Amino acid sequence: MNKILLIIQREYLSRVKKKSFLVITFLVPVLFIAMYSAIIYLAVNPDVLGDKKKIQVIDESGWFANQLKSSATMQFTYDTAKYATVKSNFLKSDYDYLLYIPASLTGIQLYGEKKPSTNITQKIEETLSNVAQSHRLADAHIDSTILANAQKSISIEAMQLTQKGDKNAHVGAAFGVGMICAFLIYMALLLYGVQVMRGVLEEKVSRIVEVIISSVKPMQLMMGKIIGVGLVGLTQFVLWIVLSISLTTLAGTYFIKNNSKTLTEKTTEISKATPGNAATTAAIAQNNKTENKIMDEIKSIPVVYTVTCFLFYFLFGFLLYSAVFAAVGSAVDSETETQQFMMPITLPLIFTITLSQTVIVNNPDSSLSFWLSMIPFTSPIAMMIRIQYGVPDWQLALSMLLLVLGFVFTCWAAARIYRVGILMYGKKASYKELAKWFMYKE
Amino acid sequence: MVSIHNIVKQYAGYRALDDVSIEIEKGKIFGLLGPNGAGKTSLIRIINQITAPDSGEILIDGAKLNQSHIEKIGYLPEERGLYKKMEIGEQILYLARLKGLSRDEARRRAKYWFQKLEIESWWNKKIEELSKGMQQKAQFVATVIHEPTILILDEPFSGFDPVNAEIIKNEILELNQKGATIIFSTHRMESVEELCDSIALLNLGHKILNGKVKAIKSTYRNNTYLLEYEGNELNFDSNAPFTVLAQNTIDDYQQIKLKINDNSTVNDVLHFMLPLVLLNKLEEIIPTMNDIFIKAVSK
Repeated sequence: MNKILLIIQREYLSRVKKKSFLVITFLVPVLFIAMYSAIIYLAVNPDVLGDKKKIQVIDESGWFANQLKSSATMQFTYDTAKYATVKSNFLKSDYDYLLYIPASLTGIQLYGEKKPSTNITQKIEETLSNVAQSHRLADAHIDSTILANAQKSISIEAMQLTQKGDKNAHVGAAFGVGMICAFLIYMALLLYGVQVMRGVLEEKVSRIVEVIISSVKPMQLMMGKIIGVGLVGLTQFVLWIVLSISLTTLAGTYFIKNNSKTLTEKTTEISKATPGNAATTAAIAQNNKTENKIMDEIKSIPVVYTVTCFLFYFLFGFLLYSAVFAAVGSAVDSETETQQFMMPITLPLIFTITLSQTVIVNNPDSSLSFWLSMIPFTSPIAMMIRIQYGVPDWQLALSMLLLVLGFVFTCWAAARIYRVGILMYGKKASYKELAKWFMYKE
Repeated sequence: MVSIHNIVKQYAGYRALDDVSIEIEKGKIFGLLGPNGAGKTSLIRIINQITAPDSGEILIDGAKLNQSHIEKIGYLPEERGLYKKMEIGEQILYLARLKGLSRDEARRRAKYWFQKLEIESWWNKKIEELSKGMQQKAQFVATVIHEPTILILDEPFSGFDPVNAEIIKNEILELNQKGATIIFSTHRMESVEELCDSIALLNLGHKILNGKVKAIKSTYRNNTYLLEYEGNELNFDSNAPFTVLAQNTIDDYQQIKLKINDNSTVNDVLHFMLPLVLLNKLEEIIPTMNDIFIKAVSK
């Protein structure tokens, strides 16, 4: 037992002491948050990196005279010259696009030197439709406020009825957190599993393994390595979680403070400018409500429950897979030879992560989802998705129990291959050979 | 004393060890010899409890091989290996502690050995930064640091230059004088003759020769002698009490390799030769371990 601790200590310290560990631990959350901020920012402001497009407008219908407002990304210039003349001069002009609106409003065309992007086409379409709509409404003598009232969209609030009373189900947050957890587990199992495989291979190739197993049992060496690497992974995740939570909290506080300030400013500004404009105030209130809802969703995530489950499924999923990875590492003589064994190992993981984005998320209580969250090789990923939607305690307990049993079994089987494999050199490891090793007595 | 009784080890397809029994005396240097694939490594691994035999047993000082023996055995495998990225001092401490030493004790002894082998300035270097010979010295320290009573050395001199090989040889002899039993596996027969008290020769999983080096050599004596005389080449007929195996001229001397006939003695040879020539030298040709090895294996 003492010797296992020694091995764990070496495996752990030799990895944690590396500079790359520190760099990855502190850089990854920062990069992650930076990446997501960038994605969200760009999704909200898609035009931030595009420059202003100059658009020449020929409006034969007269509906849009001075109705197309220039914005940060588009600048409209009306031209009263003949369409044919303008068109023939277009390529020589410094306009980016030419928008032609015929009198009939059918067959509106947008010309560009290059193909007009979908983004700009959509924007112009939207603007034109809005203007045309209000024109037509006015023609039909319909008050636009009546229409706005009629068009009010209906939204459903997903609720969950429990013994303690009903509560908001927060489906959006469940989806996001579930996917992130599942994906992290998927990445971690592969990442740290391969580290175990490399470690075993390194010991075999450098031949130190023979010296070590003249002091300890192969099983002790294998378990020491697996647990050591597992603890490294755990340390990394705990640090990541702590860092991410503190960073998000910091960013969140900053964001809310800033945002509510600008919102109040906006509201007062607008109400000053157009006193009594109820519609605008309502819209702002609506906006405010959506934002509150997002914060609400984030707060709805059961952090302790999720983190506990995550760490459990990561740890035991890792133990299960890394035992298999250790067996592979022991069976081959070089890293290139591992390929043939990697595929069957990663298959269940890829299978589950693919399904989790569709089948499990859409139907977390189907029998397929149920079974995937029970089978030890797929449960770490599948269950992380499912628990976000609520899983009966007995199912969670059973899944965890099966995972632990699965780990004990795989470890036992892997150790039987490992003890022979680490001493075999130059023998091409085939599945048949592995089966033979498995059957060897002591 | 290490007693190996009727060890059988079967691998899929072939028998690595077939009913091998060997007695190794305490405090002696024992040579475990054999061509490649003879089963030496299999046997060594069994003594180290890396693998277990299919049948048979090994007794150390009368007690059946068990976990407590691990700390009494030091093993230097033929294929050397250390963690390349680990500092050498740290690594020796790790291996020593795996053999059951406390951290302080391991540090004290490691310092002692590093000084003795003059490698103390390398303590903080990584293995990959060291020369091959330096790595071998570190590996030797790892083998002996827990003061094993049984030392199993597989080709201990490979990778050393003659100066360092001499240093290591003297360390081995010193350990032996302090009471360690040494099991020594090598292909270099001259070091077997120099160091070993007894040997066992394995071939294809069988023990084909076993005993004290002197005794084995004398059983391989076959009455051949080298005779040297001054003068011209002679022709010997059937009256001579010997048969000539080879004859050649070196400067003014004649050398003949001869085999004495079954019911004759050295005296008869002298008697026969004295009237004919001026004798320079007559000596028995004692087979070297190398000859014995080749002869026994190719039988």
